[in-house]
Amino acid sequence: MISIVDYGAGNLTSVKRALDYSGIKSQITADPKELLTAERIIFPGVGHASSAMKTLIERGLDTALKNAFLSGIPLLGICLGTQIILGHSDEGDTECIGLIEGNCPRFDLKDKSLKIPHMGWDSIRILRDHPVFRNVKPQDEFYFVHSYYPQPADKSTIIALCEYGTEFPVVIGTRNLIATQFHPEKSGPAGLEILKSFSSWDGSPC
Amino acid sequence: MLSKRVISCLDVRGGKLAKSIKFVNTQDIGDPVVTARKYYEEGIDELVFYDITASSDNRDIMIDVVDRVASCIFIPFSVGGGLRTVEDCTKVRLAGAEKINVNTSAVANPDLINEASVALGAQAVVLSMDVLAVPVTAQIPSGYEIVTHGGRNRTGLDAVKWAVEGQRRGAGELVVNSIDADGTKQGYEIKLTRMIADAVTIPVIASGGGGRPEHIYEVLTEGHADAALIASILHYGEYSIRQIKEYLRSRGIKVRI
Repeated sequence: MISIVDYGAGNLTSVKRALDYSGIKSQITADPKELLTAERIIFPGVGHASSAMKTLIERGLDTALKNAFLSGIPLLGICLGTQIILGHSDEGDTECIGLIEGNCPRFDLKDKSLKIPHMGWDSIRILRDHPVFRNVKPQDEFYFVHSYYPQPADKSTIIALCEYGTEFPVVIGTRNLIATQFHPEKSGPAGLEILKSFSSWDGSPC
Repeated sequence: MLSKRVISCLDVRGGKLAKSIKFVNTQDIGDPVVTARKYYEEGIDELVFYDITASSDNRDIMIDVVDRVASCIFIPFSVGGGLRTVEDCTKVRLAGAEKINVNTSAVANPDLINEASVALGAQAVVLSMDVLAVPVTAQIPSGYEIVTHGGRNRTGLDAVKWAVEGQRRGAGELVVNSIDADGTKQGYEIKLTRMIADAVTIPVIASGGGGRPEHIYEVLTEGHADAALIASILHYGEYSIRQIKEYLRSRGIKVRI
């Protein structure tokens, strides 16, 4: 059973539907206690970092996520979820959960013809193997919608990059945590493969 | 670098798929969910569902279509047609649509764009515009006018000005549909698409007139569009998505295959 963290940030049902379709059991929960006993956790999200953090703190979910991470429960962050597992986001100058040290800057591109948000399908460059990405093929593309991106302090936590005027991290991970800036639940068959691999991942990084 | 998107539009009437030719005669050609799933498997990048019934008693039928689509198709899709309030937009979004699409209702009530953008985020708000070529006047300096009701009603709005205003009000994307080109399969309105794409910083989806892969190539290059909408050439099986994308790739366009 995968627990999908409900903190009022966007379309949680999209993730649930993608898991349902793939035959993976899941539940949407806002209960911190349930996260601590979860088999696996998906931390999705669309929206603004500061309002997301406000709700997480109100519901006690920030601490629960931290403890779940420390206890070794496999954890998948998606989009805003990926950004706010870092220590800070420039969006609203927000203190975030801090499972990985780092910041979320806004795109500052020299090429002004490039539109922000970075929205649409894009390819990624995988730097190192990860069990959750074992079925990803080099030509696979993923669906992105974002104006900020995760920049971890420790470069060894970067698993994949994307190029859009600049090269920036799009998959980060350490120990039992893996997080994608793109939306696997909206990335067609390639995205569903990632969700499937996550559903059987034991949380060890290789 | 982002891929250029190939998007298909499915016109839905009373829960059934329809394709309008010049917006006058519509002919039912199947179940939108079955067709959408087929296009998904063939590699379409995004889908638009346009409810052309636009009467309130059919609202729930459309919500059911959205829900069924969201349960078997895992790419972004937007829904439009008859969304008049933020509540309408939110309902569609909760049923599983990534984006909402406003057109006539935004012309009648431009604040709807602002309100939807605040409620759902700019990335979820697509402003769709039906455009007619008209003589250049002081009021319509671009020579393109926004029309509604399939072209039957003129609005007096200049298309380029309206596009800029839509962006300012919080639209995250524009669909530029040429009424003159729609259903002709003679190619997109390149000049119109480029004028609008150059006037805004949000993505522009060209619509109306796509009959051959070359037309899509033209509008993505000369027309400065980020995406192209196709309908009848797919619905009637004249080209497959794969054929179109392979053609675009062979001409140097980055597409997802």
